[in-house]
Amino acid sequence: MYEQDVAVYDSRPSPEPAYKHARPTTERTWIKWTLIGIAVAFMALIILLPLVIVFVEAFRKGVETYFKSFNDPKSLAAIQLTLTVAAISVPLNLVFGVAAAWCVAKYEFWGKSFLITLIDLPFSVSPVVSGLVYVLLFGAQGWFGPFLKANGIEIIFAVPGIVLATIFVTFPFIARELIPLMQDQGTGDEEAAISLGATGWQTFWRVTLPNIKWGLLYGVLLCNARAMGEFGAVSVVSGHIRGKTNTMPLDIEILYNEYNFTAAFAMASLLAALALVTLLFKTILEFRFGDELAGTRRH
Amino acid sequence: MAPSAHPARRRAGWSFAKPSVIPGFGLTLGYTLTYLSIIVLIPVIALFLKAATTPLDKIVQIATSARTLKALEVSFGSSLIAACVNMVFGLIVAWVLVRYRFIGRRLLDAVVDLPFALPTAVAGIALSTLYAPKGWIGSLFAPAGPINKWIAEQTWLPFGWNEIVINWKIAYTPSGIVIALIFIGLPFMVRTVQPVLEEFEQELEEAAATLGANRWQTITRVILPRLTPAILTGFALAFARAVGEYGSVIFIAGNLPNVSEIAPLLIVIKLEEFDQAGASVIAGIMLIIAFVMLLIINLIQAWSRRRFGDV
Repeated sequence: MYEQDVAVYDSRPSPEPAYKHARPTTERTWIKWTLIGIAVAFMALIILLPLVIVFVEAFRKGVETYFKSFNDPKSLAAIQLTLTVAAISVPLNLVFGVAAAWCVAKYEFWGKSFLITLIDLPFSVSPVVSGLVYVLLFGAQGWFGPFLKANGIEIIFAVPGIVLATIFVTFPFIARELIPLMQDQGTGDEEAAISLGATGWQTFWRVTLPNIKWGLLYGVLLCNARAMGEFGAVSVVSGHIRGKTNTMPLDIEILYNEYNFTAAFAMASLLAALALVTLLFKTILEFRFGDELAGTRRH
Repeated sequence: MAPSAHPARRRAGWSFAKPSVIPGFGLTLGYTLTYLSIIVLIPVIALFLKAATTPLDKIVQIATSARTLKALEVSFGSSLIAACVNMVFGLIVAWVLVRYRFIGRRLLDAVVDLPFALPTAVAGIALSTLYAPKGWIGSLFAPAGPINKWIAEQTWLPFGWNEIVINWKIAYTPSGIVIALIFIGLPFMVRTVQPVLEEFEQELEEAAATLGANRWQTITRVILPRLTPAILTGFALAFARAVGEYGSVIFIAGNLPNVSEIAPLLIVIKLEEFDQAGASVIAGIMLIIAFVMLLIINLIQAWSRRRFGDV
């Protein structure tokens, strides 16, 4: 820490080292710059170039064509559906995340680690499997299929199925962000509030929530980005009806497979912009409120 | 929520939960369990029941059919290669981010998370456009591209090597799958190793140097052993994510049955053919493997906690 501060505030050239051989706790300069070069080249080639090409391809035929591709009512319906799905699933996952983090972080109880494993499950389950489980439950041949059909309720190949699949894939994000944060903060603040006569809800709104607000926002951002961009799980339950049950990522697939590349990349550029905004907010949050985001580095 | 609703209060001796003055245990645990049951537990049980109620000979027939085995092999093989590549480069990226100060470091740090934030379908079409024979990177490796021309002139290469490189295509082959999985898995590796490296006590390096170790010895014998649990965890996370990945892969893979068809795609194909039993059996296999991966990750972390105190 101290060395860095000096490096920032002391603009004088550093004195020549008294010894000529390499310092034993750092690498030689050429190794350092080779490693930086490898890291930057790898990141540029693998991570950055795909992002660049999305915008290049979207604007290849000019700005006018770019905006014209959104004039298609079916594309607009896809954007609307994606926003609707996110607007339903993110708040539900928000409430779940807070409840789950409260119960895991504030209490010791039997079976807690199993509960945490269950919360982590969607991270390691294939998105396709996440969609499949709902088809098996609510599909025409599924457990509840005949019952749903008799009552005229549509879940699979309709919006409720898309919402369910999105919730499955995204519910761990907020909980996973809050659990380490609230575990670090301990129970002292809440116990003090209770002993001073606050009710449970007062303690939550006035003590706990202010403590976790930045971590919560961080989790909501990640959850929202994933909810809007989810492809595999939604693809299985959606039925791919353009203009009705097609979300933005599914619309991208259809446009791309129809060789309508400009429209596909125009739609993709919206989601890429969302990803960039998410990353920007995430970086700002980490920079400003790093201390209040304990555990953010652990995925 | 009244504190008296606490279930642990009424029991003596063994109790389900440790007593606490903070109210809301029943409410939050009840809500969490209800939500998890509806969203995860019941659907997953339905999947296993569906797979289990399939006649045994049919399960064996689906699980051991050539196409299923090949799809699992493609999925697990490409994921393993991608995770290995990410292990090397992820370690370098994490090292560079933590240990060096240079212009653009913060940008590089932010870019690492891009694969988390970029929707998989967007990554899929972008990668497949880049690596297609006419794309920016694909054209370099195209039959008439600069790299192939250069390789063809290198007469000193052993017999056959030129052909291997010249015939190498990235998009629409298993190589394309590996590229997509490298993209998807990289942040897992970097973000797991980075915090451990940040908290590494540099006094240990100084001690090693004082005792006469050169830099290479310090890195391989002092720093890397301390990073091993994080590296293994990152490897397992990247691998687990890669095995199930669907969106970014299907665009670049070409999806030829028995060549570049991944297991998740086979599930989708079975579903579209109304073969729910087939889909559930393959999904069941993948779910069991996912559980095992989670277990391995937890074991690695428990082991490293025992060995190093905390992670």
